[in-house]
Amino acid sequence: MGMLKALQIIWFVLWAVLWAVYFMLDGFVLGTGMLQPFLAKTENERLATVQSVGPVWNGNEVWLITAGGATFAAFPTTYALMFSYLYTALLLLLFSLIIRGVSLEFRGKVAAHGWKKIWDTAFAVSSFLIALLLGVAFGNIFEGLPMDASGYHGNLLTLLNPYGLISGVLFVALFTVHGAIYAGVKTSGEISARALNMAGKAWLLLMAVAVVFLAHTALATHLFDNYVAAPQLSVIPLAAVAALVLIKLFLIRHQALKAFAASCIAIVMVTFTGVAGLFPNMIPSSIDTAYSMTIYNSSSSRLTLTIMTVVALIFVPVVIAYKIWVYRLFSEKISPETLSGKEAY
Amino acid sequence: MNWAEYSKYVGDIFGAPLAIEATLAFFLESVFIGVWVFGWGKVSDRVHAWSITIVAFATNLSALWILLANGWMQNPVGAALVDVVGNPLITRRAEMTEFAAVVGNPYGWIKFFHTLFSGYVLAAFFVTGVAAWHLLKKNEIDFFKRSFNLAALFGLGAGIVVLATGDFHGVEIAKVQPSKLAALEAVWETQRGAGLSLIVVPDSANERNSIELLTIPKLTSLLSYHDPNAEVKGLKDIPRELRPPVGITFYSFRLMVMLGMLMVLLSLIAVWVSKRDRLVSNPFFLKTMVASIALPYIVVQLGWTVAEVGRQPWIVYGLLKTSDAVSRSISTAQVATSFVAFTVVYALLGIVDVYLLAKYAKQGPVVPVKEV
Repeated sequence: MGMLKALQIIWFVLWAVLWAVYFMLDGFVLGTGMLQPFLAKTENERLATVQSVGPVWNGNEVWLITAGGATFAAFPTTYALMFSYLYTALLLLLFSLIIRGVSLEFRGKVAAHGWKKIWDTAFAVSSFLIALLLGVAFGNIFEGLPMDASGYHGNLLTLLNPYGLISGVLFVALFTVHGAIYAGVKTSGEISARALNMAGKAWLLLMAVAVVFLAHTALATHLFDNYVAAPQLSVIPLAAVAALVLIKLFLIRHQALKAFAASCIAIVMVTFTGVAGLFPNMIPSSIDTAYSMTIYNSSSSRLTLTIMTVVALIFVPVVIAYKIWVYRLFSEKISPETLSGKEAY
Repeated sequence: MNWAEYSKYVGDIFGAPLAIEATLAFFLESVFIGVWVFGWGKVSDRVHAWSITIVAFATNLSALWILLANGWMQNPVGAALVDVVGNPLITRRAEMTEFAAVVGNPYGWIKFFHTLFSGYVLAAFFVTGVAAWHLLKKNEIDFFKRSFNLAALFGLGAGIVVLATGDFHGVEIAKVQPSKLAALEAVWETQRGAGLSLIVVPDSANERNSIELLTIPKLTSLLSYHDPNAEVKGLKDIPRELRPPVGITFYSFRLMVMLGMLMVLLSLIAVWVSKRDRLVSNPFFLKTMVASIALPYIVVQLGWTVAEVGRQPWIVYGLLKTSDAVSRSISTAQVATSFVAFTVVYALLGIVDVYLLAKYAKQGPVVPVKEV
């Protein structure tokens, strides 16, 4: 195997890891955001949910930016075409991300009730849209985009096809469960119990959606081809299913932290399941496979990939180290009763 | 999104600094801002102070990688054009040949210092402006005198660096971007010992300046090449289709330099008045400083206009034209819609932001709540 090919494969794996970590970390922020209107009954409870994600959401979102940046640096052709082909969907995603960020930053800056209500609503709606759009985008990547020699033959409505939508719903369901467990772990008192109860109910919905998604994946995509060709890969989806089941078992046994760990693993494994099925495509073409974007026809040069590998090997562990420190620093539970309203956010 | 052909063509070089920025700087910034905002009373004062120091360091580091990327668009070093064979998605692109050249690009480094220190000037004017407002209202006079003094000194120092790096920047432009230099100075004829006229009205249609008054001999050559007799290439020797829009570039540059010098002058007066402790007795000057908060915002926009419009018609100077860099799969209507959407969203957020900044600036110093 040539050096270039090895680097291309390394970057495909890193690309998958960046997305998986992003979904795992921002997933609970998005889930908490979507659930906030149903979960929090009083101002202090709303404040508690916002505080639970406050110190970490910003750092979590950077995984998305890094996933985008890594796509640009390692697979520039994919980056170029993906962002122009999925133009409207990704613009909506971008605006939702902007609104989500400012809704957290702005809500606590003015005391008026109406002001807070505006930004809480914005937080919930934008969180939902981000989860949905990410799912729709990945669903469409899994099934392939209509592209050939003359370019792209689709628009926003083509993206909103049944498989794209079911993928969107899957992401919403995954993040809802994930966020509910996170809120349950990070808060105390009534709101924590309510959150864990919601997580249990949402889990049932998630399993139903997951079954439909898997069946539809068999029909609409070629993701399973790789698993037929290399059955040992099936350990990834099996781990995903096991983690999903463990979530419920831990919830039943009131082991919220373990349920959260299971939910983290589930999200990572679901992502890997999709991406392993995609290999070596980055985005397949649904009409002419000669025009599929693969890691081989859309990557950077050997020199650039080498430089990026060195940078990633040195600095990603450093990032992970200080992120762990910050998570430990802000690990205590937030009790709505003790909040004074003077906190940041 | 709008620049698919650009990303395909230069992604091999341009993507790396952006990805490195995200990994090195953006993570640091976003994680430690959380420690700063939520860390009151949770971490020791020392760690808390370090967290905001790290954020500041990381934003500066961000600026470096972004401006090295932009510097490469201005002066594409360390790259070679390569034909891509047997790939249906791409036929030709620029590939990195020397990473050290991209990272060591003098254009990028000068741009970095020039831009960074203009940012410092902006911050200084913001603080002096807010302090001046409070001094006018006689709020917390001691506190705001100290804020004013510190920011004024900082602004003066940073302003001098901006002027100095601006000079280096001009020399670098003369070296690598003759068409930008010619447009900045509205020089039409190639000439040795080019002068600089204080009042100029360029006339692109007729390839001349309709007004040129108060000419100082040899000054353009001196400023651009540090040699009074150096040859300056005129716009007429650059094909029409390769010239930047002269009017916008010229006026933005002139106004940037004039307002920049005005700001250094204001900083100088500010330091002087502050040192002599005459701030409170000088309401006119304080009002001037409040109004001057807007100045650096205008100037940095002008500077960026010079940098980007002056590079036209190139998106990567000499390598790729802006018109060849756009996405082929996107309609004009889509671009127009997204442009309007961005404008509306940013305008609304800008209004909220200015409102909040003003609200908190007027509130004055608040001792942070330690125990939550």
